Amino acid sequence: MSEQILHKVTIDNITVEVPAGTTILNAARQIGGDVTPPAMCYYSKLEGSGGKCRTCLVEVSKGSEKDPRPMPKLVASCRTTVMDGMEVKNITSPKVIDARAGVVEFLLINHPLDCPVCDQAGECHLQDLGYEHGKEGTRYEFKRRTFHKVDLGDYIQLHMTRCIMCFRCVFAANQLTDKREHGILDRGDHAQIATFIEKNLKNDFIGNVIDVCPVGALTDKTFRFKNRVWFTKPVDAHRNCNNPKCCGEVQLWMRGDEVFRVTARKDEWGEVKTASNGNTGWICNTCRFETKKASDWTIEGPSNINRHSVISQGHYVGVTKPTETFSEVMKGRDPKLLMDIHDESEVNKPNIDLSLLDRPAHSTDFNK
Amino acid sequence: MQALTQRVKQVDRKPMTLLERIYLWNIVKGMFITFMHIFKKKPTIRYPEQKRQFSSVFRGLHVLNRDEEGRERCTACGLCAVACPAEAITMEAAERLDSEEHLYREEKYAAKYEINMLRCIFCGLCEEACPKDAIYLSETFAPANFSRKGFIYDKSDLLIPNVKTESADFAKAKGL
Repeated sequence: MSEQILHKVTIDNITVEVPAGTTILNAARQIGGDVTPPAMCYYSKLEGSGGKCRTCLVEVSKGSEKDPRPMPKLVASCRTTVMDGMEVKNITSPKVIDARAGVVEFLLINHPLDCPVCDQAGECHLQDLGYEHGKEGTRYEFKRRTFHKVDLGDYIQLHMTRCIMCFRCVFAANQLTDKREHGILDRGDHAQIATFIEKNLKNDFIGNVIDVCPVGALTDKTFRFKNRVWFTKPVDAHRNCNNPKCCGEVQLWMRGDEVFRVTARKDEWGEVKTASNGNTGWICNTCRFETKKASDWTIEGPSNINRHSVISQGHYVGVTKPTETFSEVMKGRDPKLLMDIHDESEVNKPNIDLSLLDRPAHSTDFNK
Repeated sequence: MQALTQRVKQVDRKPMTLLERIYLWNIVKGMFITFMHIFKKKPTIRYPEQKRQFSSVFRGLHVLNRDEEGRERCTACGLCAVACPAEAITMEAAERLDSEEHLYREEKYAAKYEINMLRCIFCGLCEEACPKDAIYLSETFAPANFSRKGFIYDKSDLLIPNVKTESADFAKAKGL
């Protein structure tokens, strides 16, 4: 085995050595932090993904040691491989910042901005991207492209209006399942993710398209409208899954003892983490949709959430609860006038387990 | 020592005159001042018959708004609850059924919505956070109550009257 050829590449004045054939995006990910370009369509765990959304544009100010001419146009960093001595500008280049803001605005042209209703809000990459570039509002005054919402099988809800055409779910279905049953139909403005004739997606690993979707186009129907992600508490958990391809290592989104949602564990780039057995931690549909009881899982502990994420709100780490001083002060007597909030409140009633419904809650579910 | 301000007054240490020592004269002087106040403009009002106008930025009891067609605007996005520094707001969302389209504006709505007025500090951040113009702080106080139970306000306490079905109540609430 010959020595790996290492290329020296400088991204935003930080030099890193990476093997030949690495893309600029992956080299930047090795550095990490702010110099990493955002990626909406590229997914390191899916072969062939990338090159569609143009959010990862960077400026190459020096092509290589041998040919130091700069590249004439901004390049998509997920598709451009590094050269020895290459110099890349990402956040240090005003051209890149400007172009990326434009790309974000283009992505948001047809995006409905229904974040208050969308289940992806709070963990949506497009939402983050929009706010990072100050494009959370819209200047678009014309009619947006709209589609009807479609049920892809029993568990997956497709909101085609929110789709940004990243093709990630198509790659995921191609590479994870035996038979892909959905894809892109039509082209241009009419292009849509669809099954040709309202077909159910019934494949053991098809649930992973929810995890790879960067926006709220593909969402979990068993979690639909149940709760906002930032009100649920993410914990790492595992179970012995019968499916040999499923690692059984998941993230549970809990509220109290109720498991509201099961997802694969995500890394810092929002991609599915590598599981302890070395494979990518895709999870099967049984784990994702059908095991919604806390007793099904071995809980390892709270997940590590970036403190800048809204999901970390209200999750106080390392807090010691003050001891109850009432009985001490009252010499063993209980206070007479305390109110237990659950006696009065109608929210989160213990006899109504919304998490066990495999569809969104309706008005009829609350009258028990 | 130099005085810090110009309001310093020297204390009069002179011995009191006869008139002052009688003391009765000072009482008469004091009573006269009190009597003169009868003819002055009164700074108080006769609450509760008379009420002062609230300032335009007054933040009182919350209301949940409806749109022009009487549909609830709230879509249970949870932004008020996440903005609330006192953690007073809780809610549960549900999906609108086809038969409920005249009741709720969006496909998702708040099936349960509660504000714990014991926790609320009337800061108005919920109003600021709301993307759907659904919650407003009105110009009324939260009424007093004998028990804590009465301070858990649910949707029936918070929603404004429906302009279509409860037009009389709506007009009354608007003060028409």
